[in-house]
Amino acid sequence: MLGLNKKDTSLFLLVLALVVFAPLLLNPFPEGSELAQFNAGYPDLMQRFLIFGIFAVGFNILFGLTGYLSFGHAAFLGVGSYAGVWMMKLLTMNVIPAIFMSVVFAGLFSLLVGYISLRRSGIYFSILTLAFAQMSFSLAYSVLTPITNGETGLQLALNDPRVLGVSQVDGSIPAANFFGIAMRDSFELSMGGWLFTFNAGYYLCAVVMMVAFYVAIRIFRSPFGMMLRAVKSNQQRMNFTGLNSKPYTLAAFVISGMYAGLAGGLMVAMDPLAGAERMQWTASGEVVLMTILGGAGTLIGPVLGAGFIKYCENIFSKINDNILYDWFAGLPEGLADFLVFVIHPFIGKGWHLTLGIMFMLIVIFLPGGIMEGFERIGRLFKRKPSSGESVSAKTSTTPAE
Amino acid sequence: MTLIRKPFSRRSILRAGAAGGIGLAAPTIFTSNAWSAGYLNEPTGSTVTLGFNVPQTGPYADEGADELRAYQLAVEHLNGGGDGGMLTTFSSKALKGNGILGKKVEFVTGDTQTKSDAARASAKSMIEKDGAIMITGGSSSGVAVAVQALCQEAGVIFMAGLTHSNDTTGKDRKANGFRHFFNSYMSGAALAPVLKNAYGSDRKAYHLTADYNWGYTTEQAVKESTEAMGWETVETVKTPLAATDFSAYITPVLQSDADVLVLNHYGGNMVNSLTNAVQFGLRDKVVNGKNFEIIVPLYSRLMAKGAGANVKGIFGSTNWHWSLTDEGSQAFVRSFGQKYGFPPSQAAHTTYVQALLYADACERAGTFNPCGVVEALEGFEFDGLGNGKTLYRAEDHQCFKDVLVVKGKENPTSEFDLLEIVEVTPAEQVTYAPDHPQFAGGALGTCNPGA
Repeated sequence: MLGLNKKDTSLFLLVLALVVFAPLLLNPFPEGSELAQFNAGYPDLMQRFLIFGIFAVGFNILFGLTGYLSFGHAAFLGVGSYAGVWMMKLLTMNVIPAIFMSVVFAGLFSLLVGYISLRRSGIYFSILTLAFAQMSFSLAYSVLTPITNGETGLQLALNDPRVLGVSQVDGSIPAANFFGIAMRDSFELSMGGWLFTFNAGYYLCAVVMMVAFYVAIRIFRSPFGMMLRAVKSNQQRMNFTGLNSKPYTLAAFVISGMYAGLAGGLMVAMDPLAGAERMQWTASGEVVLMTILGGAGTLIGPVLGAGFIKYCENIFSKINDNILYDWFAGLPEGLADFLVFVIHPFIGKGWHLTLGIMFMLIVIFLPGGIMEGFERIGRLFKRKPSSGESVSAKTSTTPAE
Repeated sequence: MTLIRKPFSRRSILRAGAAGGIGLAAPTIFTSNAWSAGYLNEPTGSTVTLGFNVPQTGPYADEGADELRAYQLAVEHLNGGGDGGMLTTFSSKALKGNGILGKKVEFVTGDTQTKSDAARASAKSMIEKDGAIMITGGSSSGVAVAVQALCQEAGVIFMAGLTHSNDTTGKDRKANGFRHFFNSYMSGAALAPVLKNAYGSDRKAYHLTADYNWGYTTEQAVKESTEAMGWETVETVKTPLAATDFSAYITPVLQSDADVLVLNHYGGNMVNSLTNAVQFGLRDKVVNGKNFEIIVPLYSRLMAKGAGANVKGIFGSTNWHWSLTDEGSQAFVRSFGQKYGFPPSQAAHTTYVQALLYADACERAGTFNPCGVVEALEGFEFDGLGNGKTLYRAEDHQCFKDVLVVKGKENPTSEFDLLEIVEVTPAEQVTYAPDHPQFAGGALGTCNPGA
């Protein structure tokens, strides 16, 4: 279907189904129950899953295929965000021009950065991109304050021109919309104890994400993708055969930069604000974590990694001691105190610690990321040709590299 | 096999489950934000949820932790627990200690990480997932401005925590946002007369300013008020926010003919820059026949603690200090001290007061509807919350109250007793017109109930 082979088609359909039914799947616990804390089916977080999914998929085109580890991808996301907010300030609250210009500006900026950084490879390339990103962050934070509004972040104002739209509606800023459908509009479906929210913005993200994912699959399976894999396995040998690999790496760099810009544009379409922290090196590091956590070089891995990290960030950071005491209300006081004391470092402000431990466990035991975990589970259920082989498969779980 | 006949078999449970599922699914209620008549997150049960969005990680985590303590104390008092704290001294008697409008107060917490993006994500999840009717907190102006704009868009009330930049109630003011804390302009206006008395009207000032929004407005405010009384500004230099070593910025100060150094720094920045300045012997210098002086426009106890002995004799301003002797402050210090074992910081004070003011406004308005709350808070005059007579001005949603000018104590008696109050600048002296040039360019817009 759509020029995909059978395996990719089923993967694509699986992702499509997950994305379409996410509002149902992510809210498995009824409202008001103790476990409702772990529900992730509210619009903001679901949008973030998809947006960071796009970001990570794009990053994976560069890192997963060519092996070039960019530590500055957040800069492209930031440039895209600023371009998007400016379109909303100057042109219209329709999200299409904002998203489009985000991609264009991020693409141009990544062309510039890529052209310079790709003169080097390996660690030097990483450091160069890191330097560029950090430079963009510092510029956005202070020197470029007239354009970026510095630390406060660029946001909409009542007196923005918006030449194709209106500056304000009854004293408030008009909502970001897609030809009249406001991004924050949602319709709620209440079924028994469950409450599901279907948000317009989320489904716009979903459409964009599916397109982005489809393009990524096509790139992975194309001769161009093969060329990028060749760069990863041995760029020198490739150069010696007389092939100029630089146009390929630059193209991959710009494409992944445009993906980052697309993510930035969607971010402002959902929430019209662009802050400089989006470009900080920690943000760049985050997408690296997402990709590695999910499984670098796999198609769907980075999306899972992005979801995992955003879930930790948004759910674990909101559990506080009071909620813990609620959970353990049935236990004797001393035991409850003890349990709270033990769990306390891992929740609330300690969510970084939880994430760090998870990351370590996954990298140590599943070097291929979450995807490797799935593969192993899959292997358990596959029909084995003989009992002897399954033993050898079990013993060779440690990777050669 | 079984002696007792089982009332349910697996099959009958399945059948019942399927029937029940269809039954549950049938009375499906479709609602949309656009169709509901009331306002966003209208509390329908016996509880009301407030969202406390504070920095739990990052450079202002100390302030955030203290804010959270204050919020928990406020919730306890609102629900009728504890000794009532400032509820007993508050001039408005609408709150009865039975929650807000008879609904028990519950809260959710989040981590802003002192980043606008993270703060907005956290606030959004409180609004969308937990049904918070009000968001409060923040320990940095960038975050406060960002979250305030979000609350305006979403349609809930935002009660700002520690945010000192002029912009929060200046060019970025919003109808749904309110600030109790004072601002850069007030710091400048309160400090200037005290500085004139202490150091004379013929001084040359050198500014080191943190390179971000709050730094700019503070620099501008202090510069304008000191120049108005005859001081000269020799130079203003911006320092990166992430800087930890300021020696490179202090050396040029030594070479200039300035005799006053103004450090427009906050938190860790201020601790480091002040320490560097003292190490370079600035305070022992005599320039133009006068002793060299250092000024820190915004002081906090937590910062004074970090800078240690270096703060002795250095002037600055603060919103509130636990050593104040009025009834309200004492009641608050007492209940905070009893619960946590140490006195509250100014961040704790402002957030506690904001929580109370919000609850009181709901009670007086008789509704949680943001528009009703805005109406109740606009132009509201109150007393007994530690700052004397205070006005929530309708034009920009900024509180006008006395400002404290403080000085690092020469002989501190404990690790909390680091600042002494030099003067309480009356509110009239720090009041400005809503369209003052330092605040111009913003508009409140109209209140948004989110539906």
